[in-house]
Amino acid sequence: MTAATDSHAAAPPRKPAREFFYRHRAVIRLTHWINALAILFLLASGLNIFNAHPRLYWGIYGADSDPAFLSIEAFDTAAGPRGITQIGPWHFDTTGILGWSKYMGEYANRAWPHWLTIPGYQDLADARHWHFMFAWLLALNGLLYLVWSFTTRHVQRDIWPTPADLRAVPRSILDHILLRHPTGEEAKRYNVLQRFAYLGVIILITLMVLTGLTMSPGIDAFCPWLLDLFGGRQSARTIHFLSASLIVLFVFVHLVEVVLAGPINEIRSMLTGNYVVPKGDHK
Amino acid sequence: MSNALKVTRRAAMAAGFAGAGVLVWEANSLTLTPAMQRIFRAAETWTKLAQRTLLLPGQLAREYPAADISPVFKANGTLNPGTDEYAASAANNFIDWRLKIDGLVAHPMSLSVAQIRKLPARTQITRHDCVEGWSAIGQWTGVPLGLLLKAAGIAPNARYAVFHCADNLDGEPAKGGQQSPGQYYESSDLVDAFHPQTIIAYALNGRPLDIPHGAPLRLRVERQLGYKMAKYVNRIEITDSFAGIAGGRGGYWEDRGYDWYAGI
Repeated sequence: MTAATDSHAAAPPRKPAREFFYRHRAVIRLTHWINALAILFLLASGLNIFNAHPRLYWGIYGADSDPAFLSIEAFDTAAGPRGITQIGPWHFDTTGILGWSKYMGEYANRAWPHWLTIPGYQDLADARHWHFMFAWLLALNGLLYLVWSFTTRHVQRDIWPTPADLRAVPRSILDHILLRHPTGEEAKRYNVLQRFAYLGVIILITLMVLTGLTMSPGIDAFCPWLLDLFGGRQSARTIHFLSASLIVLFVFVHLVEVVLAGPINEIRSMLTGNYVVPKGDHK
Repeated sequence: MSNALKVTRRAAMAAGFAGAGVLVWEANSLTLTPAMQRIFRAAETWTKLAQRTLLLPGQLAREYPAADISPVFKANGTLNPGTDEYAASAANNFIDWRLKIDGLVAHPMSLSVAQIRKLPARTQITRHDCVEGWSAIGQWTGVPLGLLLKAAGIAPNARYAVFHCADNLDGEPAKGGQQSPGQYYESSDLVDAFHPQTIIAYALNGRPLDIPHGAPLRLRVERQLGYKMAKYVNRIEITDSFAGIAGGRGGYWEDRGYDWYAGI
């Protein structure tokens, strides 16, 4: 052994280099952020549109005199106007937030409050403009994502769960409950619950586009099968609303997971593509 | 990647996020700016082009069996024009009501309701989709508009049918926005005017049209939203442009911010 080697061996162990893993390719990053912006605008303008007729029905028709399965309306009571949210047989007093809320210092008859809608003021024409502009963006961006992801086998490889993934569902649920995050090689691939969530949101966005199109009388003349698929225009409108609600749930869980898994590393990986692979304790 | 490229990419990303932030934060004040309005109009044009490309001119809207008719067909917008002239005509069973067809036509016409009822009729059970979101199914009977336009002989430069109405509307609270009162009118292009299901209707669910639903004559354009389907129609003007008609956008709601193409 030479002296040089000896001195090297005697040196304190070097801090291990951070291992970067190229996790998200450019198309994924770009479509992710466009998708996020479009969904934000679509949700907020969608609520403004909802306010124009704050009742949801099941079936082929539905208007004021037909039973609504969900409604958010204001009613005059002995105690003054109250906002009442009705879901099936249940009624909730949601005054101040849903049905009857303040806009520019004065209470107004609004299903969703101004701070949740785009535009903040109530205007169906303007809300539709935002909605359809971003609907085009969402659809084209989604198409780019799907075509790219299927041809590069991103969906098949990274998102579609493998048989081993399916067997690991109970363990993955436990990992999520215990906030145990994968390290090393395991951190380079999506876990099975992530795969379900991403598959789910792809399906939900597809449902949003299809149920949105089903509400168009022009598209219905072109493909009437959409009406049969969703059980009628009013059912399609209801499914549109429920899918949007599930997307809100997805976004909430998604953001919580980003924070829990290390927000800087996670956000950086969606900006630059590079993800620092977390090291396990045993290393 | 070179450093210069990295900096450029970083700047582009920062600009993108800043732009998105401004868009979200300033959405209210941006809505009515000329730049945003141009983008919105472009989106409307894509929608119209996409639907016109997909839809064959004669492709029909779905027709429903009688069992699917809504128990109550919601009436919206003007429920009664309320003028003395209209009230007098209604009291007289609209015997003096005239539907004029003029403008770019070879043979201007003026038809009574009785004359229109004698023409070949079409009956259809269709779904009415309001821009607000609700739907109602009803059975409509009327004369195909194409038949009337052929008889009137439209000029080669004709582009639109403008439907003038007897009602003055001062807005619909649910629709929000600027809602100055104005004489109701609507318009369609010739693709929709000559569509087989486009009719001047005089009966709903087998009974003469009642006042809330547009007595004595209203338009049905089944591949469009409800606001296109003018009620209390007394004149059809064939024209090559909307300039000079009310706000110049081709309809009461169009003048108040709504899209002229209402297929979605």
